[in-house]
Amino acid sequence: MSPLILPYAREDASQPPSLHPGYASTVARSPRQPLVKIPHTLTETTGPAGCWENLMGGALADLTAQHAGTPQGQRIIVSGRVLDEQGRPVPNTVMEIWQANAAGRYIHKKDQWAAPLDPNFTGAGRVVTDAEGRYRYVTVRPGAYPWGNHHNAWRPSHIHLSLLGPAFATRLITQMYFPDDPLIEIDPIANAVPMPYRQRMVSRFDIGTTQANWALGYLFDVVLRGREATPFEDDHDD
Amino acid sequence: MTTELANPAPRQDNQDPALFGQTPSQTVGPFFHYGLPWKGGADLVGQSDMGARPELFPEEHYVLNLSPPRGAVAGKTIAVEGVVYDAEGKPVPDAMIEIWQANAAGRYASPDDDRSNLPLDEGFIGFGRAATDENGLYRFKTVRPGSVPGPGNSAQAPHIAVSVFGRGVIKRLVTRIYFEDAVENASDPILALVPAERRDTLVARKIDDAWRFDIVLQGARETVFFDV
Repeated sequence: MSPLILPYAREDASQPPSLHPGYASTVARSPRQPLVKIPHTLTETTGPAGCWENLMGGALADLTAQHAGTPQGQRIIVSGRVLDEQGRPVPNTVMEIWQANAAGRYIHKKDQWAAPLDPNFTGAGRVVTDAEGRYRYVTVRPGAYPWGNHHNAWRPSHIHLSLLGPAFATRLITQMYFPDDPLIEIDPIANAVPMPYRQRMVSRFDIGTTQANWALGYLFDVVLRGREATPFEDDHDD
Repeated sequence: MTTELANPAPRQDNQDPALFGQTPSQTVGPFFHYGLPWKGGADLVGQSDMGARPELFPEEHYVLNLSPPRGAVAGKTIAVEGVVYDAEGKPVPDAMIEIWQANAAGRYASPDDDRSNLPLDEGFIGFGRAATDENGLYRFKTVRPGSVPGPGNSAQAPHIAVSVFGRGVIKRLVTRIYFEDAVENASDPILALVPAERRDTLVARKIDDAWRFDIVLQGARETVFFDV
């Protein structure tokens, strides 16, 4: 007997093309042959669940408390929900986080630009959503940094986010940006996403999330592909 | 009288209901190694450190998982490895490969595979993650998956689902690893959707003790990538 398959939605108009020549590295790293569209089978509609401690590890929700001292920079709280396209919460799913420090420098050895490292800041963490799909973590606002894509290229401040969601089909790696950052509109990576969808990656400052005398708050919901309402195929009892 | 001010005037951003929909994909970038590939992420059956690149950042900044313990896993342990190449045939040293697969009995360790007549292995999740090394090489240790159901009453040949991320890869590329010696390949419903002359880019070959599966992002012998 084949199991009932409820397929996930395909990507929507917000998803960037693999080839975006403004982001120069895509030119030699994007396929030229057309993608082969395949139906969703059990392979695509399943995924690991409830086993994060045995995979990437348990929650690490305070990126400012991983070392002996307090990291430099503006302390921030980032909070929001992980939802599907129907607006339903995605509970108990893992979100992995990594980012540059407040000066715009990654702890990575291949990041060698002339901004200081911070011995009290690694910039990596993980959170798991609650029953309502909510998550929250504490970090510092990452700085902008230059990169070699073109003359005087600067990445806007951003936090990298990695989510598995409930299925192979829902896997997502994205970047969260900050409101009122003038670098967004001249950033080839952000602009691989057509407007207005680019704005889906821009967090909102929120005074309600902000904690008095402690940290600024930003809201950011992540929307994963949703399951369609009707089965893709009949269930054959035989 | 309230002393609290409201939020600034709404503008189009992540919270704008008019924009609600899928969050767009962005590249993993070149600096993911201290944030994603944990020690043991590429060893789905043992407790080695495979998968991580801890030499790329100071040891005191390693906050990823440490080779989590595994229970017993049924089936044949296999090695799967390959090099990721770009359009110019150059290895890609900053890619990340993830795999997802069924166990040897053909069952996924997922609540969405409820075929309780098939066994699960306590020690096998079936999800793995590996960063490519300086030579573009990734390696996994896992078990050979069993056959799983396909559309209708079809059966799929044993396969491993693959996600490819990397600097310059702005959105995940999806492919599959099939096994050269599997007789089921001839009737696999997904391979049947692939132009015959490109199918062999999806088939791993046994070289010495490992299943070899190179991933060519572009150009001659470009790997077949799927729209899922």
